[in-house]
Parts: sequence; structure tokens; C-alpha cells
Amino acid sequence: MIARLLLAVLLAAGLASRAQALEPSERLADPALEARAEAIGRELRCLVCQNESIEDSNAALAHDLRLLIRRHLAAGDSDRQVIDFLVRRYGVFILLDPPFEPLTYPLWLGPPLLLLGAGGALLWRARRRAVVPAPPALSAEESARAAGLFGEPR
Amino acid sequence: MLVEIGHFALVLAFLVAAVQGVVPLVGAAAQRRALMAMARPAALLQLVLLALSFAVFVHAFVVSDFSVLNVYENSSLEQPLLYKLTAVWGSHEGSMLLWVLMLAVYGGGVALWGGALPLSLRARTLAVQGLLCCGTLAYVLFTSNPFARLLPAPLEGRALNPLLQDPGLALHPPLLYFGYVGFSITYSFAIAGLIEGRITAAWARLMRPWLLLAWCSLTAGIAAGSHWAYYVLGWGGWWYWDPVENASFMPWLLGTALLHSALVVEKREALQRWTVLLAILTFGMSLVGTFLVRSGIITSVHAFALDPSRGIFILALVALVVGGALLLYAWRAPALAPGNPFAPISREGALVLNNLVLSAGMATVFLGTFYPLFAQVWSGVKLSVGPPYFNATFLPIMVPAIAAMVVAPMLAWRRGDLGGALRRLLPALVGALLAPLAVRVVAGPAPLPALGGIALASWAMLGVVADLADRAGFPKLSPAAAWRRLRHLPRSSYGCALGHFGVGMLIAGIAVTTAWRSERIATLNPGESLTIAGRTLRFAGVSDKSVANYREQRATVVVEQDGAPVATLHPERRYYPVAGSATTHTAILTNGLADLYLALGDPDGHGGWVLRAYFNPLVPWIWFGAAIAALGGLVSLSDRRLRLKLPAGKEAGAVAIAPRPAEPG
Repeated sequence: MIARLLLAVLLAAGLASRAQALEPSERLADPALEARAEAIGRELRCLVCQNESIEDSNAALAHDLRLLIRRHLAAGDSDRQVIDFLVRRYGVFILLDPPFEPLTYPLWLGPPLLLLGAGGALLWRARRRAVVPAPPALSAEESARAAGLFGEPR
Repeated sequence: MLVEIGHFALVLAFLVAAVQGVVPLVGAAAQRRALMAMARPAALLQLVLLALSFAVFVHAFVVSDFSVLNVYENSSLEQPLLYKLTAVWGSHEGSMLLWVLMLAVYGGGVALWGGALPLSLRARTLAVQGLLCCGTLAYVLFTSNPFARLLPAPLEGRALNPLLQDPGLALHPPLLYFGYVGFSITYSFAIAGLIEGRITAAWARLMRPWLLLAWCSLTAGIAAGSHWAYYVLGWGGWWYWDPVENASFMPWLLGTALLHSALVVEKREALQRWTVLLAILTFGMSLVGTFLVRSGIITSVHAFALDPSRGIFILALVALVVGGALLLYAWRAPALAPGNPFAPISREGALVLNNLVLSAGMATVFLGTFYPLFAQVWSGVKLSVGPPYFNATFLPIMVPAIAAMVVAPMLAWRRGDLGGALRRLLPALVGALLAPLAVRVVAGPAPLPALGGIALASWAMLGVVADLADRAGFPKLSPAAAWRRLRHLPRSSYGCALGHFGVGMLIAGIAVTTAWRSERIATLNPGESLTIAGRTLRFAGVSDKSVANYREQRATVVVEQDGAPVATLHPERRYYPVAGSATTHTAILTNGLADLYLALGDPDGHGGWVLRAYFNPLVPWIWFGAAIAALGGLVSLSDRRLRLKLPAGKEAGAVAIAPRPAEPG
């Protein structure tokens, strides 16, 4: 959190807060197109601020990229084309959602494999272990005594 | 002069820590009572020295002694007193001093209130804590001296970062540090237990209060930070999966797992080895988090200096603390008594599932946080791992734990009856299935994950109610008898209920606000208005004036509902001349169920101003939920059973109490 705050401080200081995240003037008139632009913007990293999406950032670069995305969408590009264009220009670093490719296999497959592997190992061990015998059921007489001890009807 | 006394106290504390770290360990190994007895006064002296050092540092800030470099860099004359005080931990050096002070506070706590601990266990625990202090103090003294002088002294300081000049800074870091540094004491307990070769129910019960204290504090600290970010950043986000956030979240996940596995050790003497390992790793994650924040290795912009020598020192400390502990673990853990057996379907089994999921969740966060670093080292490609990754991997992993969380308290120890538990939870299950349908009908279409989240949240909250009703014997018993039973339930049952209920609220808040939040951004001239979520926001204009150490531009916005004004809000922008930077202060109108959130943007130069309005339904539940969970921890902490004195052993180390008989239900 502190990181965020300081980030904002740096930006505020460096850019004298000329621009704020997504200004009214940037928006497209067509709501469907605008929604697509915002969805794309949320998946892209603002390259100068390191850990904000361009949709949330108030850096000048983010402002330019937001306009760029909207220009491309208005010209009829698909979401994929816009993202590919930006990746060609800035590299995969711009993608907050890392692509699924050999370099990121461990990243994407690690969590599920870990959960399944550890879960499987635990189950296997539990089955191998001696089964815990169930406590013998109480006879009717014992139940009555237990109820008496608790002093309350069950 | 005073500053030199503070510095000197710090050096003395370092030496005392060295004594505290060595003598009691030798004493315990040689069974020499006198040497073991040194642990207590050493830990107390350590606390006194560090408190003195810290007090001197605070004093330097209060009197604005700019001959101290750190004061010059982080304070200024006209800074309000609150921010002079909080600036103490606003810098790397100051926050490290707070870090060590917390280490000593936990050590001093065990020295003062650890009377129930057998002599050798207490001696060893305090000795390990002393070693941790020693390592951290070396770091402070040799790389991050808070008392470094600046001569000649300047007349005015450079001022604290304006964004840190917020009450949030008074609350968030101390709570966070008291939390994740608190895991040092469970680490010390674990190492002491490993050296003794005995991890018993008594060990777990003696450790538990400290663990609870640390956990509550960390929970509250993370929530406070999240709320701070929410109201300060001006666009209503509350969690960013930032590496620095993850740094505190990873110890929280493992600490939560530890809280539950320690319960199994305490009640059933099972999972001892796993619990010890978890205690080591939890504090390991606290250190890794500290490394992450202070080394500048991860692409995250933050306050603390990006000095590689500091990073390397902490990395060495992590390697020593975690690596040494793991070596000891590999050597000693096989000698620990095996745990009592249990069936897969049992309270223990459910808690194992909890531990499995929380650990896997932690591993996911770890992978996502560090992967860009690894990838860059071995392939040279710069990757980003952002919120989309964490949402896609972490959230689904947590689902089984939340689902099982409701059932676990209803299962018996050793061998549970899943069918019976589910039968008793039937009303909660029905409610959990109906809730998303009801929400869908009332609030309109929503993405499937949001509806799933609502179902899960309802399941968690209704499950707690069903569990309490079941324990009370409701509806079989008369209300009076049920009430009597409820009153006599142990506090820890209520702690558990509150904790789980809080998690349910948190999930509800996240699901609803993510799916149904709305925003409007518009340029408004005075007199104009915009509409959001059935409310009309009438913009009355912006006033400009000087306050304390900043200039403010303060907007007045009247909120109208059904044609009648219901509130007036004042979103602000502040400009700090000494620091030369500006901040945004949002205005939030909340009724506990939804927030109306306003942020003032830039003027357009023709009398108009950009106003951003957000309507965030159920977002307050995120912090209420966390607060209730933390409260649950405190209620557990107040349980009488945690304060029972153990029978005094004849000789050091002779403590053995029978595991508590399994409780029904």
C-alpha cells in the first residue's frame, strides 16, 4: 500500500498532476467501444509506474496509451490486434496478465499442480495409514445415563 | 547528547542481545539453572534499552532536531505534531527501529508473562528471540543507523511525503509490524521446541496467545492499509496485488494456517512436525517480505532506499534464519513423537485441508511475486504478473478452504460424521443456494464468479449461525436452556465463529463491489450535477485556502436523493509547498452497506472541474469483515483456558500434560 502511495507521490511530483486517470475528454462516445477500451486498459501495465494498469494510472504515458487504444478501436481494430500492436511495441512486459507460453508454464501450472500434488500425497498417506476405529456406539442404557449426566434432554 | 544516548542504547541492546542469544542456550544444554535464568533479565533489559533508544528517536522528531539526518529528511517545522510522530516510522531507518522494538516487545512479553513456561523452554525461546534481535540490530547499526548526524544542522527539514501525512500512517505500520514481527516469537518457540525435542500440547498452548496476538494485529494492519489505499488513491480500489502488499499477505496466509495447525497440536497432539515447519516458514515469509520491501529487487516503487548492500544483508539474514532453522528441523524433527492418528473425515482432517489450501495459496502469491525476477534471470525477458494472474489462480484455490471452513467446527476430533454435519448445516446450504438467486433477481444480471462469491459468503455466514444454533441445542431446547448453553460456550468457540463470520463478510464485500460498482466521471461547472446510483450530485464550486502546512482546494457537492438533499461532501486537493507536491483527499459517504465515493480532479480552465464519483456497494464489509475476524482472534485470546497455569515440573523441561479429551461437536 505504501508502495502505491509513494508511487502516486512520485507521479504527482514528477508530472505535477497535470493528468488524472481516465479523463472525461478521453472517453469514446460509443459505450460498447469505451467498455472494450477500458477492459483492455485494465490488462496493460503502465510502463513508467511499474505496477498500475494504464486505466488506473495518471501518468502521461498511460494517458497517451489510453488515447492510442481508443484510436485503434475506433478505426475498427479487434481487441487482439490492439494488444498485439502494443506487445510488439513494448514487449510482454506490458501485459499484466502474462501469456501462457513455455516461459510462463511454471507460473501458470505451478499453483494447480502444487495443490493437486500435495493433496494427492496427503490422501495417499491417509489411506495407507491404519484406519481409525469408530468408537463403539452407546447402548440405550448408556445413552440414558449420559443424558442424565448432562442434565438436559437430548 | 540525547541522540548519542539513543545510539549508545542501541549498541548496548545489540550486546545484550548477543548475551541473551548465547548464555541461556548454553545453560539449557548444560542444565545450569543460573545460566538459563539469565534469559529473563536479558530480555527485559533488551526491551528497556530499545524502548529508550526509540523514545530518544521520537524525541528528536518532536523537537525537530535537524542535526539528525533522518529527522531532516522526514520532518519539517510546520508539520502537525501527529505527523512529526508518525514520521518516526515513515522512513527505512525509523521503520527498522520499530521492527527491532517489536522483536524486543515480544521477547519482553514472554519474559514477563511466560511464567507458565518450563524454565528450559523459556530460556531457549528467549535465547532464539535474542539471536533474532542480534541479527536485526546488526543490520540497523551497520547499514541503517537512524541516529546518523548531519552537521551543520539545517534550519528546516525536507518534510514527510505528503501522501504519508495521513492518520493511516499512525495506525497501519505499527499494527502491521506488531503482527508480522510477532511471528518471530512463534519461530522462537518452534526452534526451542526442536532443540528440546518435545512438541507437546502444552507447548502449543503456551505459544498460542502470542500467535493469536500477532495474527490479530497483522489482520488489522493489512485491513487498515487496504482502507488507507482505498480512500487516498482516488479511484476506489482496495487491493492491488502489489509486491509490497503481497509481502504482508504471505505471512498472513501462513500465519492463518499456523493458527489452525497449532490448534491440532494443542487438542490432539498431532501435526507437530508440520506445525513446527509452518512456524519457521511463517517468520521466514515475514523476513522475505522485509527483504522485498527494502532491497528494491522487485519492480515496485516505494519509500525505502534501493541500496543493494542493505538487500544483501537482509538476504543473508533470511538465509541464516530460515536455512539454519530448516537444517535444525531436518536433524531434529524425525526424533519428535509421532502424532496421534485421525481419520481423513475429522476435525483434524478438515484443518489439514485448511493448511493445504492456505499454503498452496501462499505459494501462488509467492510464485506470482517472484516469477518476473526468476524469468528475467534465466531468459532475460521482462514479464509482468498483475492482478489478472492472481485473480485467476489464487481465488479458485481458496474456494475449497472457505467451503470446508463451515463444516470443520462441526466435525468431531479424530473421526467425524460428515453426513451428520451436513444435515445440521442443511438450512445454511439452502440459504447459500438461494442468496445468489435473490441477489440476481433484485440487482440484475451479474457475472458467474460474483454469484458464486455470494453463495460462498452466505454459506460461511449462515454456517456460523447454524453451528452456534446447533451448539445451543436450538430448536430442541427451550430458548432459556439454549441461551444458558450459549453463555457457557468457551470463548474460543466464539472466537472461531467471529473469525469465520468475518471471512464471510469479506467475501460478500469483494463479490458485490466487484460486480456492481458504478462510476461516473464528468466535468462540472458550479450549479451542474451528475447522477449515480439514483443519487444526484450537485456541484456547488471549489474554495481555495491555506491550512496548516498545505493549501487546499475544497469542493462542495450536495448529494440529493428523491429531490431532497441528504448530505454535503467535500472532496479536496492539497498542495504541500515544502515538499512541492499535491495529494487528493476523497470524500466518502457511507451507510455501512455502500459507499458513495467522490474525488476531485483537475480544473478545465474555464471554471469547470473534473469530478469522479463511484458507488461501491457492500465495500465497507471488506473492512468490517477483517475487523470482526481480528476481534474473533482477541476473543479467543481472552479464553480462560489459555491462561491456565501448568503444574510446575520438578526439574526444568519436565512438563507433560495429557492432551485434552476430545470435545463433542
